[in-house]
Amino acid sequence: MSEIGPKVTKARYDFHGGIHPPENKQLTRDRPIRDLPLMARYVLPLHMHIGASARPVVKVGERVGKGQVLAQATDFISATIHAPTSGTVVAIDDHLIPHPGGLRAPSILLESDGDDLWADMLEPWPDYQTHSPTALRSRLRESGVVGLGGAVFPTAAKLATGPAQVTTLVLNGAECEPYITCDDRLMRESPADIVAGARIALHMLGATQCLIGIEDNKPESLTAMRTAVAEDPRFAVVSVPTRYPAGGEKQLIRMLTGIEVPRGRRATEYGLLCLNVATVASVYQAVVHGLPVIDRIVTLTGGGVVQPDNFKVRIGTLMNDVLTAAGGYRAGVDRLIMGGPMMGFSLPDDTVPVVKATNCMLALRPEDRPEEPAPQPCIRCSLCAEACPADLLPQQLYWYARSRQFDRAVAYHLFDCIECGVCTAVCPSHIPLVDYYRFAKTEVWAQEREKSKATVARDRFEFRKERLERQKAEREAALNKKRQALEAKAAKAVQTPKPPGDTPAEPQTSTETAAGEAAYGEYRPGHAPIDTRLDSAVEAARARSKARRAALEAQRTEAPIPESDDESEKI
Amino acid sequence: MKFGTQSRPLSEGVNSVQRVMLTVWLALVPGTVAATALLGWGVLINVVLAVMAGLAAEALMLWLRARPVRPAITDGSVVVLAWIFALCLPNLGPWWLPVFGAAFAVIVAKQLYGGLGFNLFNPAMVGYVVLLISFPEPMTRWGPAIDVGGGALNFAQSLAWSFSGALPTGIGYDGLSVATPLDHMREQIMAGAPIHAVTQSVLGGAGLARSWNLWLGAGFLLGGALMLWRGVIRWHIPVAVLAGVAGMSGFLWLIAPATHASPLFHLVSGATIFGAFFVATDPVTASTTPRGRLIFGFGIGVLTVLIRSFGNYPDGVAFAVLLMNLCVPLIDYYTQPRVFGHKTAGKLR
Repeated sequence: MSEIGPKVTKARYDFHGGIHPPENKQLTRDRPIRDLPLMARYVLPLHMHIGASARPVVKVGERVGKGQVLAQATDFISATIHAPTSGTVVAIDDHLIPHPGGLRAPSILLESDGDDLWADMLEPWPDYQTHSPTALRSRLRESGVVGLGGAVFPTAAKLATGPAQVTTLVLNGAECEPYITCDDRLMRESPADIVAGARIALHMLGATQCLIGIEDNKPESLTAMRTAVAEDPRFAVVSVPTRYPAGGEKQLIRMLTGIEVPRGRRATEYGLLCLNVATVASVYQAVVHGLPVIDRIVTLTGGGVVQPDNFKVRIGTLMNDVLTAAGGYRAGVDRLIMGGPMMGFSLPDDTVPVVKATNCMLALRPEDRPEEPAPQPCIRCSLCAEACPADLLPQQLYWYARSRQFDRAVAYHLFDCIECGVCTAVCPSHIPLVDYYRFAKTEVWAQEREKSKATVARDRFEFRKERLERQKAEREAALNKKRQALEAKAAKAVQTPKPPGDTPAEPQTSTETAAGEAAYGEYRPGHAPIDTRLDSAVEAARARSKARRAALEAQRTEAPIPESDDESEKI
Repeated sequence: MKFGTQSRPLSEGVNSVQRVMLTVWLALVPGTVAATALLGWGVLINVVLAVMAGLAAEALMLWLRARPVRPAITDGSVVVLAWIFALCLPNLGPWWLPVFGAAFAVIVAKQLYGGLGFNLFNPAMVGYVVLLISFPEPMTRWGPAIDVGGGALNFAQSLAWSFSGALPTGIGYDGLSVATPLDHMREQIMAGAPIHAVTQSVLGGAGLARSWNLWLGAGFLLGGALMLWRGVIRWHIPVAVLAGVAGMSGFLWLIAPATHASPLFHLVSGATIFGAFFVATDPVTASTTPRGRLIFGFGIGVLTVLIRSFGNYPDGVAFAVLLMNLCVPLIDYYTQPRVFGHKTAGKLR
């Protein structure tokens, strides 16, 4: 590594491909983080993290304090949600959430009382070293800490590394997406919080070093972080080239350590763990100050807003409220994107809340974005393959996804695609390549679900067949036994001694079969057996099974799910 | 407030198929100018006729296939196809050679396979080979280069010759036509005679001004450099083609220098340079992986020399390209790059 200054080095490794789109960070990079005024209402979706939805623990009409738990994490991978201000819960109902399809999802609606009073808070732990990693993890869990880089994976779960020994903590301050400056501002304004949070993470992991990766287009952040870590020999600040997607976890790890974490493996298996700088800052707040995650830094930018800016926004603030407070839209705005222009998604409506994943709100007018030319045929120029940071052959994947040869697409490593959008951006034919890969992935998932369903159904069917055969054999054995008894009786009665059949289960000779049928009557479906000597238990069992089958039939017509054919096996 | 949605990245470059094709047009200019200057107006007439026929055939086929005509016509790909095809034609050929060949290339080799991006074989080479096999005699109507009395026909005379076969009084066809250096080489090889005399003239032995092959090669090299610089092609295929030609011809030359031309002769004569930069690099029909491109190009180079030396046709670039086109799916399959995080490269497990 060549020394740039004390404790700032240049990344020693690089990743393949990538692009350098127009950065457009100058709009907000020198705008300090500002607080937004208190809003009248907040909307908190119960599912704004990876994992299970949180379960509401407040009732409609209940008064809550700022920071009070509104919904509890329900699973190992889940996150707690807190009140962004004091006020009244007015509804727990479906509300528009930030989703490309304009979905509604269960959310808690909070009406602010304007006092902004804290509820009883968790005890601050400035002496976090005295607490065990387990206790610290539950603190993070109670505080709703999730990855703020955009993935929103619960941090407590991420830090539960199990038997894997993590030696190196990687802090992601690359912020490679164009336009976004929230991490840049945080690193410049609160580097001490980040470093303090990283120290907590090091303590929790038992890790020995921390590498902070920052793109070289953020010299102020590099300087600020370098100054903040100057006293601690465990830290190193590494400048990485400004090339999208340098902030991809795998790409950053590769640049800082040379290690390539393959798909399906975790970084922890290689002794590594990667956290976003904003995430560790919230770790610090949660542990040392006992403050839950009720706000985050959001870059509001693009040519479609009057004043691009960086805000500290309370989680749950509606985006149109943010826009109004920030000065509003410019005329002609027709796109609102959550996230950056590369991996973000466009929102059909702005009455959606800022959630923990909202690092950027990008409003664009037609003149701020490239045209959307109609896709042309692929000319196999392989610009996509040259730009792919996962070293894939996107043109082949496109070919197989398009022709629905999904097994071929999988063989060409479809699932190694990180959907960074680089191929789509460089394609001279303007083909929405990533859309094809997403389509292929969902098709493959659907196929696999079908396959596993079919396997389960087949297992069930075979089990059922086996059981029916067994029951039949048992029934016949019982019948034979009874018949022998009867025959023996009859034989005794006519005084012609005759030994019983060779084996009770095999009444094979024709005379015996004929005798049996004559004795017990012929069973015809739908007809009551003629012979009243038929065993009443068998009769009752048949009636039961008939009733059950009828009930099932009715059920099946209601919900024609294939595996419900064997529903009886669950009984 | 409501917004429109889209899933494409909203930040991207300004690249387009049209831009790629226009760069190829530009790259074809120096070679075409050189060819016209050296070999006469017939070259330009061929190009114009082929382009017109190609555009008409493309429009007709798109109309028949009920596909949008405008985007396909304006992407520039037909012009590139027809232009490259026309530069392969003899400078004294009749008008219907470029017209028929370009139409065949577009209709059969391109559109019947599904249009741009779906063709397995290089359409320009298909058009050329069809003409070579179907009309061998007109395809040998090469006039001499300017240095040896070429350019005897002015533009109007060339046009008249192309369309009506009429020559100005005092000029006979026999006086116009001449064997190409590669034809010469073949005759010498057939006769088992030493071929130094032929190769020497091409390589500037008779003075640089008289070595038209070198000038032509320089023109196409310039265009190739432009395409490399603009990122339209990658170095792998041209370098591999030239290496294949040099390697194979060098091998033969070392074994039997008396009956085989030197590698330098093979590199600068015929369609070697033109083929390496403009024909083999057609992205649709070439291999797409870096290693695959090296194999693809090298194969073309080797096959070219083998066909030139042992085959029935004087130049082998077209056949070599088509043969290697056939191998592309196989090559691509076995030369996949190592995927991020995976230990091994190449073929599928």
